[in-house]
Amino acid sequence: MPDLGPVILSLQLAGVTTVILLMIGLPLALWLAYTDSRFKPVIEAVTALPLVLPPTVIGFYLLLLMNPDAPLGGIWGSLTGGTLSFSFAGLVIGSIVYSLPFMVQPLQSAFEAVGRGPLEAAATLRASPLDAILHVLLPQSARGLLTACVLTFAHTIGEFGVVLMVGGNIPDRTRVISIAIYEHVESIEYAEAHVLSAGLLAFAFVTLVGVYALNRSYRLRVS
Amino acid sequence: MSADLLHLDFKLRRPGFKLEVDKTLLLDGVTAVFGPSGSGKTTLLRAIAGLELPDEGCIRFGDAVWFDSAAGNVLSAHRRNVAYVFQDVRLFSHLDVRGNLDFAARRAARAGRSPDFETAVEASGIGSLLERPAASLSGGESRRVALTRAILSCPDLLLLDEPLTGLDRAARRAILPYLRELPERSRCPVLYVSHDLEEVAALASQIVVIDSGQVSASGPVAEVSRTLDLGPLSDAAGPASLVEARIQSVEEGGGLMRLTIGDVPVYLPAARDARSGETVRLFIDARDVAIALRPPGPVSIRNVLPAHVHRIVSKDISAEVLIDLEVGGAIIRAQITRAALEDLSLETGQAVHALMKSMRLAGDFR
Repeated sequence: MPDLGPVILSLQLAGVTTVILLMIGLPLALWLAYTDSRFKPVIEAVTALPLVLPPTVIGFYLLLLMNPDAPLGGIWGSLTGGTLSFSFAGLVIGSIVYSLPFMVQPLQSAFEAVGRGPLEAAATLRASPLDAILHVLLPQSARGLLTACVLTFAHTIGEFGVVLMVGGNIPDRTRVISIAIYEHVESIEYAEAHVLSAGLLAFAFVTLVGVYALNRSYRLRVS
Repeated sequence: MSADLLHLDFKLRRPGFKLEVDKTLLLDGVTAVFGPSGSGKTTLLRAIAGLELPDEGCIRFGDAVWFDSAAGNVLSAHRRNVAYVFQDVRLFSHLDVRGNLDFAARRAARAGRSPDFETAVEASGIGSLLERPAASLSGGESRRVALTRAILSCPDLLLLDEPLTGLDRAARRAILPYLRELPERSRCPVLYVSHDLEEVAALASQIVVIDSGQVSASGPVAEVSRTLDLGPLSDAAGPASLVEARIQSVEEGGGLMRLTIGDVPVYLPAARDARSGETVRLFIDARDVAIALRPPGPVSIRNVLPAHVHRIVSKDISAEVLIDLEVGGAIIRAQITRAALEDLSLETGQAVHALMKSMRLAGDFR
């Protein structure tokens, strides 16, 4: 029986990351989809950066930020008394940054596909902007919403570089599946590595089949 | 039905386009906003609805201030108590027909209005569509649903943007009587954007003419159509005239009814819902009017009307000439060739006979 610790930790990390990213990604994607601001390309580029940067670059800078003497680490330390680096909270922050485009881009595409039309129609039927978003925009973007959450969850499960840089390899705190596989291979425990690797492969495949079957129009784009 | 003052005084600039309006309209029944494509009709309607914000000026409806740049007041679209039927319909695709109607009715009820679901559905004849997904409806059906949805919102002002666009003649014919009754059903004035002169004639009592982003005329339809050349503004093919006539008798034998333009009698095939004493508008294509100097001998044309040449509109380069004829106090436009004009040697004030090959009740799409 393989050690289930990394599996549970990965699921927790992916779950928490997805929920928090949904709360960040919804308003961000809304803004990106409907703004006429000239800063839109800049924000879009920042959002897409994690797609093209090596995870080690993101991990490196996050590690610097999470240092107790740095702003982020300092605030965290004064609030909780602990350190961000090599903690579960640090992993969550790293995952949020790394998975951001996987949440924002499908949402933005879905909102842009809906367009302003239905929102204007709702407004002329006495619906406030929030009312229109909740009862017209989100239901009409339901598939994009689901795609974004599934992709974010799956991508967080599969991340390695950022996690290794920020979290290290502490059992039950930062040793997620991908780290565990790495360690098994390093220790020439190929049987254990196989169990986790095959499991992850199957999970990723099934997830992507689900996403593509769900909707062909919300594929990721690097823009 | 109620009459309300809509005060418009604003400037709205967009790249390559400018809309400047300074007009107070007394809205009663259907008021048409008429003009060629790109003249700013839709932008005007969107500014009134609050979907487009002017750069400066003010918009007031009754006692309510909807927009006032000087005071920094902007009332959001959802608080203006207007309903808007879009040219591209915009039913909510994630809901069925009932869901679309409920969306409006619920919010109207929450705002203290009392939408009457059953009556509205029955009047528009969409009872059998209620469980259908919005995306599955035909063009005519979805317009009906959109109109009903707007009515269930219980607005103080109903804004319609070319609600007949893209419908075939049969669908138009089916929906027109319903549109005519809209002010009564919705108990509010209707602003109706159209580039189709005949639609305007069939539905509106008043007209606001927009050209190149400015109001060029406004007032009762018959009055404006007498003083202003609406033909060139209309996208509908060719020049035409609109004439008010009174139905004198609907049973003249041979399936005809007798009307009078001023005191000149004309005969038309009897319309199904025509009533004696009713004032209607006749739509007359200028190419269907011929001119004779003497009463013609035996001829198949039934309506040969005594007329005077009122005005000769001649453009040098064109082979066609427009002649405005005065018939019973109304102006009927005829289009003849330049050669014919020279043959007849017509002059202003001359007495002639107008041979009316065809005319029809406006909006009677047959």
